Amino acid sequence: MTDIPLVSVRDLTIGATTDAGRRVQIIRGVSFDIAPGEIVALIGESGSGKTTIALSLMGHTRTGCEITGGHIRVGTSDITAMNEKARANLRGTAVSYVPQSAAAAFNPSQRLMQQVIEISAIHKLMSRSEAEKKAVGLFRALALPDPENIGNRYPHQVSGGQLQRLSAAMALIGDPQLVIFDEPTTALDVTTQIEVLRAFKSVMAKGGISGVYVSHDLAVVAQIADRLIVLKNGEIQEEGATQQILDAPAHPYTKELLAAFKPVTQVHAAFERDPKEQPVIEVDGLFAGYGLVMNGEPQIKILKNVSFKLERGRNLGVIGESGSGKSTLARAIAGIVPAYGGHILFDGKKQQLALADRSKEDLRIMQIVFQLADTALNPAHSIERILGRPLTFYHGMTGRAREARVIELLDMVRLPAALRHRLPGELSGGQKQRINLARALAAEPELILCDEITSALDSVVAAAILDLLKELQRELRLSYIFISHDLSTVQAICQDVLVMYKGEVVEALPAARMASDARHPYSRLLISSVPQLDTGWLSGLEQDPELLAAFSNR
Amino acid sequence: MTEKMLTLRLPTPRNLGYSFNWIGRIGLTIIVLWALVAIFAPWLTPYPIGEIVDWDYFGPMSHQFWLGTDYLGRDMLSRILMSARYTVGISLASVTLACTTGVIFGMAAAVIGGWFDILLSRMLDAFNGIPSLLFGLVVVAAVGSSIPVLILTLAAIYLPGAYRFARALAVNVNTMDFVTVARARGERTSYLILHEIFPNIIGPVLADLGLRFVFIVLVLSGLSFLGLGVQPPNADWGALVRENIEGLSLSSPAVVFPSIAIASLTISVNMFIDNLPIKIRDRSE
Repeated sequence: MTDIPLVSVRDLTIGATTDAGRRVQIIRGVSFDIAPGEIVALIGESGSGKTTIALSLMGHTRTGCEITGGHIRVGTSDITAMNEKARANLRGTAVSYVPQSAAAAFNPSQRLMQQVIEISAIHKLMSRSEAEKKAVGLFRALALPDPENIGNRYPHQVSGGQLQRLSAAMALIGDPQLVIFDEPTTALDVTTQIEVLRAFKSVMAKGGISGVYVSHDLAVVAQIADRLIVLKNGEIQEEGATQQILDAPAHPYTKELLAAFKPVTQVHAAFERDPKEQPVIEVDGLFAGYGLVMNGEPQIKILKNVSFKLERGRNLGVIGESGSGKSTLARAIAGIVPAYGGHILFDGKKQQLALADRSKEDLRIMQIVFQLADTALNPAHSIERILGRPLTFYHGMTGRAREARVIELLDMVRLPAALRHRLPGELSGGQKQRINLARALAAEPELILCDEITSALDSVVAAAILDLLKELQRELRLSYIFISHDLSTVQAICQDVLVMYKGEVVEALPAARMASDARHPYSRLLISSVPQLDTGWLSGLEQDPELLAAFSNR
Repeated sequence: MTEKMLTLRLPTPRNLGYSFNWIGRIGLTIIVLWALVAIFAPWLTPYPIGEIVDWDYFGPMSHQFWLGTDYLGRDMLSRILMSARYTVGISLASVTLACTTGVIFGMAAAVIGGWFDILLSRMLDAFNGIPSLLFGLVVVAAVGSSIPVLILTLAAIYLPGAYRFARALAVNVNTMDFVTVARARGERTSYLILHEIFPNIIGPVLADLGLRFVFIVLVLSGLSFLGLGVQPPNADWGALVRENIEGLSLSSPAVVFPSIAIASLTISVNMFIDNLPIKIRDRSE
């Protein structure tokens, strides 16, 4: 290499002090270079230090952490030797940042243009009119609709994918040499993700800008990055060109990451069922919605005439993008959002539609597990209390018996018994999701409604959770309704799939032959949008633009 | 190893697994000191509270009268020590009453929602519209001044605020998934309020309690000034400041020390509440 790298990081260590005064090392001696115009991806599971490293390139550490050793150089500036004021001067002009959640990064009470050109105002780079002209150019480059006027809107008036591209425009306005992308597409639907990735890729290539792309999604990273750095526990495990790592991973952790992506060909029913047995759940013509109820119907109608049947021991996947009514379906079945029309039969027995009218026993046999374990576990309760409550509530257990059962439940979800004294905030994302699942198991249900339970987890952890679900199914004769926007996870665990669009079931398919059997245009679009583990997939992907336009006018 | 065994383990916060910073400790110490003063005041006062002991009014600090004398020539130290009972006692009782009922109603309104929430909120809003001192005046004038009446009146004045505050916090917590999970489990409202919501709003509620305590001390002194609060010759600290306010131009200590007493109590209550002991959660198991 004759070029001088744009960024060079040498022996970086970052540490923090805990509340008991113990020192912990978060990053342990990381070194890497980034050439001009190159996009390097940092991948690894949550807690591996990828975001911490990315933020340190701006000289920023999160509260409580500090850079304890090593050197970071970006362009001609030595980040580690600078004072805070000099670092602030670099941010936005030399290095800029695109956050994970664009929705949280924009101020809801200011117009978009105002916020996009803020960097140029802070650093006094150019006049306001020049900045606005430049922003419009960026909007056009990022393929935003109506680039001339979109800046006059407020953040809530554009879609999630558009907002994410606007935050990229915000990062690019100061002509940075390096842009840090912190999982920018994780929160987006697959169909939107494609648009955003395409826009990012073309804008970065056009400007010859270097990038750091933080992600746990190998398939996404494969589309955008030139080189991969695989991290675990704050150390580099493996480094190499994207294609090379995908073809021939050397480190066991990288192999594990890739294995989590192996498509599962066929899922058999977990156990043989008695043919005379009733379906575990049958939903017939369900209507549900939110808002003020007028004449027996809520004002905002979400679900329209949803019907399906689930046999015992089989799993049903429900897919569709955000706003398609998947979660509302789960909530309507659980009675949290009472349906205003239709029937729910559980084991052949008709269920009350509203939660308040159901008996304790009816509530027990059907449990719901939510997507975000962070908000689904009470942060003020210990794990023992969280798991113990359904035991006391449904089974009247107390004292020793309850504690023994809590330990048993923890063991069932493969967690150590000592964890029961901790608070949810002290667990990792995967551990929290296991606790979330264990709480549902504590009730000894027959059906578990899983609402996007793996979406917030990285692929290795998600794969482990899916394996756990399958094992539990065999042991406990459970059935799952598995709601997800991620087709590969649905395929990994379900036999049947419902495709939902705008509150209606557009198609019911067998999971194994989803790609070949899909007839409805929306199902086909959804299936073709799932990123493949192949560096050429995005550039080779051709989708019918008319179809795309028809289904993305959100 | 033996050395470690021999050291005596004092029950300090750290040994009990809590971290308690110095600001909080100072606050707690001052609160405890004032509480002890309130309890043991009759044995601590050098002179009876109502007795005129000096011919000179607004006397300076001296060996005889440590904190000087007031506008009638009564010993200031004795008066401050005895008044601690009224200020600390009445204020603490009414702030506890106001916040407990306000917070419970607030959480219930957030969880139950619907008509219950609307009715309760509008009623308390209307009640909030009555000026606090005026309300106190009317009640005390109608029923007469006694300590239970004072406590109840002050609690009633500050209840709507505590309710509003707790309701706003509880509404946010109520939308969290863990509350939905508990609801889907079939839990009763009382469980939702006490176990799911309360532990998550306790921090801000305590901070609010600290602020409200200060306000109550001030309104109590306002009532005393109007002759409706604590009856002479007894007084509370607010009343001591008011009755000696003319001493300000004579640079008399009589007005300074009750003010310092009020400040030390209210500030230390807030210092303590903002810096409660926190359980150390860092374990390397």
